[in-house]
Amino acid sequence: MLYIPGNNPAMLQQGSVYGADGVLLDLEDAVALNQKDAARILVSHMLQYVSYEGCEVTVRVNHIDTPFGEEDLKQIVPLQPDAIRLPKVETIDEISRIIQLVEDIENAHELPHDKMKIHVMIETALGVQNVYDIANYSSRIDAISIGGQDLAADMQLVKTNDGIGIDYARKQIVMAAKACKIDVFDTVYVDVENEEGLREEAEYIKKLGFTGKAIINPRQIEIVNEVFTPTEKEIRKAAKIVKAFERNKKEGIGVFAVDGKMVDAPVVQRALRVLEMADIDVADI
Amino acid sequence: MELKIKAQAGSFESSDVLIMVEPQPTGVGRKIELESIVMQQFGDDLLNQIHRDLDALGIDDIRVIINDKGALPPTISARLETALKRSAGLQAGTLT
Amino acid sequence: MKNILQREIPETLEGIGEIEPFQGAFTKLRKGWMEEETVPPPNKAKMPHSSKMCSNLKEAVIRTNPRNGMTVSFHHHLRGGDSILVETIKILAELGIKDITLASSSLTSAHEPILPYLKNGTITQIYSSGIRGEIGEAVAKGVMPKPFVIHSHGGRVRSVHTGKIKIDLTVIAASAADIEGNSTGAHGPSAFGSMGYAVIDARYARQVVVVTDNIVDYPCVPQAVTQNFVDYVVKVDSIGDPSKIAGGTTRITKAPMDLQIARLAAQVIEHSGELKEGFSFQVGAGGASLAVAKYIRKIMKQKVIKGSFILGGVTSYGVDMLNEGLFKSIFDVQSFDAAVSTSLMTNPYHIEITAGLYANPFNCGCMTNKLDIVVLGALEIDTDFNVNVITGSEGYVRGASGGHSDTASGANLTVVVCPSFRGRIPIVKEKVHTIVTPGESIDVLVTERGICVNPNRPELKENLIKGGIAVKEIKDLAAEVEKITGVAKPIQNEERIVGIVEYRDGTVIDVIRQVK
Repeated sequence: MLYIPGNNPAMLQQGSVYGADGVLLDLEDAVALNQKDAARILVSHMLQYVSYEGCEVTVRVNHIDTPFGEEDLKQIVPLQPDAIRLPKVETIDEISRIIQLVEDIENAHELPHDKMKIHVMIETALGVQNVYDIANYSSRIDAISIGGQDLAADMQLVKTNDGIGIDYARKQIVMAAKACKIDVFDTVYVDVENEEGLREEAEYIKKLGFTGKAIINPRQIEIVNEVFTPTEKEIRKAAKIVKAFERNKKEGIGVFAVDGKMVDAPVVQRALRVLEMADIDVADI
Repeated sequence: MELKIKAQAGSFESSDVLIMVEPQPTGVGRKIELESIVMQQFGDDLLNQIHRDLDALGIDDIRVIINDKGALPPTISARLETALKRSAGLQAGTLT
Repeated sequence: MKNILQREIPETLEGIGEIEPFQGAFTKLRKGWMEEETVPPPNKAKMPHSSKMCSNLKEAVIRTNPRNGMTVSFHHHLRGGDSILVETIKILAELGIKDITLASSSLTSAHEPILPYLKNGTITQIYSSGIRGEIGEAVAKGVMPKPFVIHSHGGRVRSVHTGKIKIDLTVIAASAADIEGNSTGAHGPSAFGSMGYAVIDARYARQVVVVTDNIVDYPCVPQAVTQNFVDYVVKVDSIGDPSKIAGGTTRITKAPMDLQIARLAAQVIEHSGELKEGFSFQVGAGGASLAVAKYIRKIMKQKVIKGSFILGGVTSYGVDMLNEGLFKSIFDVQSFDAAVSTSLMTNPYHIEITAGLYANPFNCGCMTNKLDIVVLGALEIDTDFNVNVITGSEGYVRGASGGHSDTASGANLTVVVCPSFRGRIPIVKEKVHTIVTPGESIDVLVTERGICVNPNRPELKENLIKGGIAVKEIKDLAAEVEKITGVAKPIQNEERIVGIVEYRDGTVIDVIRQVK
């Protein structure tokens, strides 16, 4: 998911062409305080003009308790992007206030409540402690993500590149997302020049269970996609397992062996997930 | 919309446009000064768009100075709207 | 009259003579022999142990007996760092020479100081593969009395052979030369690599002057230009700005848009059916075109494919691929950075070739004919795949034909990479302002907003679709672009023709009219 600064016309008009699964039009941290109005108006116009075909469009609004948050929602919610992303959510009280406001705006415009999804960002220690309750608050919340920079600051960490300080938070947030059966995205990797560092981090967070990773430069898309797209070897193995499963199912066998390794229901589940990530239809294999 | 002060929005970045607006006394009409790196191809288009947007807001007396670096129509409308709202003091949700 | 691409071309043009309209990329060549004959080079003699050395460039120029109406030629191997062209023109102007035809293999920003001489009758006509910057603006405004001629690199060799360009004096800058004029660009403080364009001029010009900042012991090794063609040799303090002649190594662009287009182009090449063992390859020297090499290199390593040769303008990136064993050899007509010169000097499989072997259509087969894959850029491309690489959005001349049409006609797979629009200016459009390369030579267009296959390559389209690549009709892409940018007003021209664009076979593919 590619972050695009909300006050940058050149990047907004090209956002969809880089092959990211989604674009995140940012009204929050990427916009200077004295340009918040300009960004909000620009993003509103762009959403109505530019086709982001093939790309999920999310708008990150400012926090509800800043002078900008409410106006952001008033302008953006009526345009119904695929999702809005709420930064620095800490408590159930906050999320309930925001969703109430969103739905009031939708009511005023006679819009449904089930179309636009809500993404929640956890960026503080308090947010991490409350993450399951927040994520579980509404069925509109279909993804949560960790904001590493702000969290590190809130935890008064001296910045390190190894991510040790936010490791507990990453795992906690993944667990909450899995418990709610929703997507979970990792924080950005800020050193654009360090391609190997990005690859290592992407591989690590994939192992933790993250669904994807936010990126700040189109050049990072390819690396993250490479990490998250199953390799040919993985796909072949998954296809083999699923095929064997289908065959054995007919004969009523639940546990069997492929290449000398035991295969049971969870292994089949994982194989199906691999094929899904590779965009392969089970019927085609 | 009632314009009160001089205001501007946008930038000199590529694909952006810098728009300055200044209120004028009633009856003066619209004074539009346009500079664009795509003047030959889109100069007329750009002027028409500015007039259309001003018509829609019912603004007749105004001075607009435009310096365009190849902005697309949504950017032009957005920058004009921002400048006008700033001029009219309607910058809800903005630090002043 | 109209040529086959429906461009309005006059039958004759003052300063040019009769015009043969473009009839298709191979219509003239197909019969295998040409009506035009090669103009024999002059015969000359030198006494044993006489000296060719002149104390300065002016003395050398005077000894060549310059005259009004002469044609002076240069090479552009020094790129943006060249100072020899400007110095020579200044000397000729000081001598009161008028009505000069300037035939430089290309013109760069370094040549802008000649601008006053275009306006005062010193230079009245230009033959070049490229014109840019202030010179491009001035010639499009019609400052010269005679129309300029844009030719391809291969077309230039043809023009020199057939006497369309009759060189009276060629001044050849070299980074190393001996007192007899054996010279090279491969070493010396101002090394610039291959001298592929200059070699042709040396063989056909009436007078040949070699200029160098680096006289070496006789005989100079290696020799691109050899002494039997050289009349005079000059030692100067500097042939130009070394930092601009060969600036280190060429870096792959970091612009996200160029990289994205390059990535898509590499996917297209991967699934085209042409990326196979022993393929030959050429890319441009910058932007998205060079970046394609980065992705092809990765695919070649992954799939363990080895290519045969790299052709053309060569960058250090090509040299890296040679050294990694991804390709067997490089055939180098023009080098783009310092690392290339070193490789040319030391690696026997890095071979300097002349522009004639590279791309001349009037011989028994140039190397562009053996290309499997070439990746080229475009300033504009139209819905018939015709490409403009010469005039910009205001109608000024701001590009180079270079080897575009030569490689496009020869390669099995010609890929054009460009953004679909720049700023607000559409690049993919219904009609380009000036045609340099005909659409029949272009096989596939890759932009950030879509990949379009030329309808004359249905099997390529099928291969791409099989490879999971989405293709769209070029008309649909042009319509999509127009929806984003709005409809651009066409460039307003005067009727007067200020320049012509020659196709590589010498026919005229388009004309350039005076900008209002």
